[in-house]
Amino acid sequence: MKRLILALSLAAGAAFLTAQVQAPAPSADSILDRVDRNAVPGNKIVVAEMTIHGRRDSRTIKSKSWIQGQEKAFTEYLDPPREKGTKMLKTGDQLWTYSPDTDRTISISGHMLRQSVMGSDLSYEDMMEDRRLRTAYEAKIAGEEAIDGRGCWIVEMTSRTGEAAYQSRKSWVDKERFLVLKEERYAKSGKLLKNVSVLSAIRVGERWVAERVLFHDALKQGEGTEFKIVSIEFDAAIPEALFSKASLRK
Amino acid sequence: MIKFLFKGILRDRSRSLFPFLVVTAGVFLTVALHCYIKGAEINVIRTNANLRHGHVKIMTRAYAKEVAQLPNDLALTGAGALIDDLTRTYPDIDWVARILFGGLFDVPDEKGETRAQAPVAGLAVDLRTPGGPELGLLDLAKILVRGRLPQAPGELLISEELSQKLGLPIGGRATLIGTTMNGSMSMANFTVAGTIRFGMRGMDRTGLIADLADVRKAMDMDDAAAEILGFFKDGLYSQERADAVAASFNARYAGKTDEFLPVMQTLRDQLGMDMMFDRLNDVSSIIIFIFLLAMSLVMWNAGLVGTLRRYGEFGVRLAIGEDKGRVYRSLITESLLVGILGSTAGTALGLAFSYYMQVHGIDVSSLMKGVNFLMQTVMRSKITPAAFFIGFIPGVAASLIGTAIAGRAVYKRQTARLFKELES
Repeated sequence: MKRLILALSLAAGAAFLTAQVQAPAPSADSILDRVDRNAVPGNKIVVAEMTIHGRRDSRTIKSKSWIQGQEKAFTEYLDPPREKGTKMLKTGDQLWTYSPDTDRTISISGHMLRQSVMGSDLSYEDMMEDRRLRTAYEAKIAGEEAIDGRGCWIVEMTSRTGEAAYQSRKSWVDKERFLVLKEERYAKSGKLLKNVSVLSAIRVGERWVAERVLFHDALKQGEGTEFKIVSIEFDAAIPEALFSKASLRK
Repeated sequence: MIKFLFKGILRDRSRSLFPFLVVTAGVFLTVALHCYIKGAEINVIRTNANLRHGHVKIMTRAYAKEVAQLPNDLALTGAGALIDDLTRTYPDIDWVARILFGGLFDVPDEKGETRAQAPVAGLAVDLRTPGGPELGLLDLAKILVRGRLPQAPGELLISEELSQKLGLPIGGRATLIGTTMNGSMSMANFTVAGTIRFGMRGMDRTGLIADLADVRKAMDMDDAAAEILGFFKDGLYSQERADAVAASFNARYAGKTDEFLPVMQTLRDQLGMDMMFDRLNDVSSIIIFIFLLAMSLVMWNAGLVGTLRRYGEFGVRLAIGEDKGRVYRSLITESLLVGILGSTAGTALGLAFSYYMQVHGIDVSSLMKGVNFLMQTVMRSKITPAAFFIGFIPGVAASLIGTAIAGRAVYKRQTARLFKELES
């Protein structure tokens, strides 16, 4: 009897394990949905430091951003003194920058969007990007892999319209946190343009947020740009008037 | 025999003066043209050197590798101390710091909004140091179309075409949007002091020249320079001298691996310049070769005609018993003497003229009124070692060949018919 119970237990255990292994993986679209829900909240205020590791030296730029969904963002640079007072405004598909030295507000468009933000490995195009991956990309699961001991889906994405800043992406999405831990971004030609690695993540309320992220422009030499969140406040009250050109000069 | 023939040439001018003058003129023109073309080559090289490359140029090793992209993030730092050191070490060279940059020139309307915008290619040079070499190197006073040269901080020169395109008058203000040495976006306001014409399509569409101090401030490049250019004080580029200076400078940093150490390149070593040198050399060689061929034909023809004119004389000489071979040899020797004398005189005259052209040149600025772009207005020649012998090829060889061919007629004369020919 004991043997029978043991055999049944083993059989049940094996069946359970098999069922677990063979459980259908979530679809790529559902993974992207979860990633979007995690990354694109309503309002947030973020104080961040961006350390740019150049070929010569490293320097850190501090900024404060007020972000409303994926449409509107207002950023003021706080440090170093040369950059202090520089402001940027994103409304929809328009991007403006204000320089206190010249007291001019300039629209950033066309090829300027491909320029680096403050010499970092991020471009203005990165800032303008539609963050909702689910709508911008067609996705498929290409496999699974562990990143720093965390199980990840490997999701391959291709731009639906061909108008995205990156034609394709390969993302390693944390299976539990639905946070992209590593990403490769490619041009239409298939050339690797950017590498993104999450160095640490923090939990803020319901969400997991990438606290420290290393961006590396594959076309540039240097050690990349580390983006670090100093503080983040979700669902903050942000006056609508902030997202206007007039507020750039205040 | 040579002494006898020489006396004959001097005393019987009817048979020697014309060939001598033809050879002299031909050789003179050949030498003068050769030197003039070499001088024109130097003018082209000088224009390129002054505007962009210098006779020698110092950059960081990293900048030199990506020079076509104007990577100002890889610029030289501590440029002032380096120039002081270079001035002490190489006192026969003038050193200037420059920054080349790209960006957008943004013209505001009354509300400060963008009214017009255009991409620009800028050159930052020291415009405000009294007695500085840049005003002369770039000949800014000459290429000025309207307005004046910058005098106050924040003033710059833009191309006339750019001024028209942007609707930006003299005294108008615009914002230069570029990139700092660290890669950040830079914005700086400038006032247009004057407009210029470079005479080069690309530069005239987008070019501007600003003061080095202003651009350093705008681009966060304090005491930095993208390039340090060296110009030999006599204004003449010499590959040997440039090679020697570059070798001695680069030897200081040999064996070190830091990509931000300076490296010196000669004008010829710089991007695309070796091709320009080779092309110039090819074109001038083709021109000189064609001219040499034409001159040789003229002198060959002169030798031919000069010999044929003396048909009667050969008859008399053969009639009185002179050997045909001796007559032919004397003709050849005479031609050789006339060729050598004419070539020597032509070369001497050509060199004298070219020397004048090399030292003084001919100022054609009066013919170029209203032409205000970067082009040398003093046309100069350059005496090269080849100038000392290049005229001897058509001068001696061509007339000698002409005489040799025409002189064959001596052997066709028949003694039996000589008297009949002479009677007629």
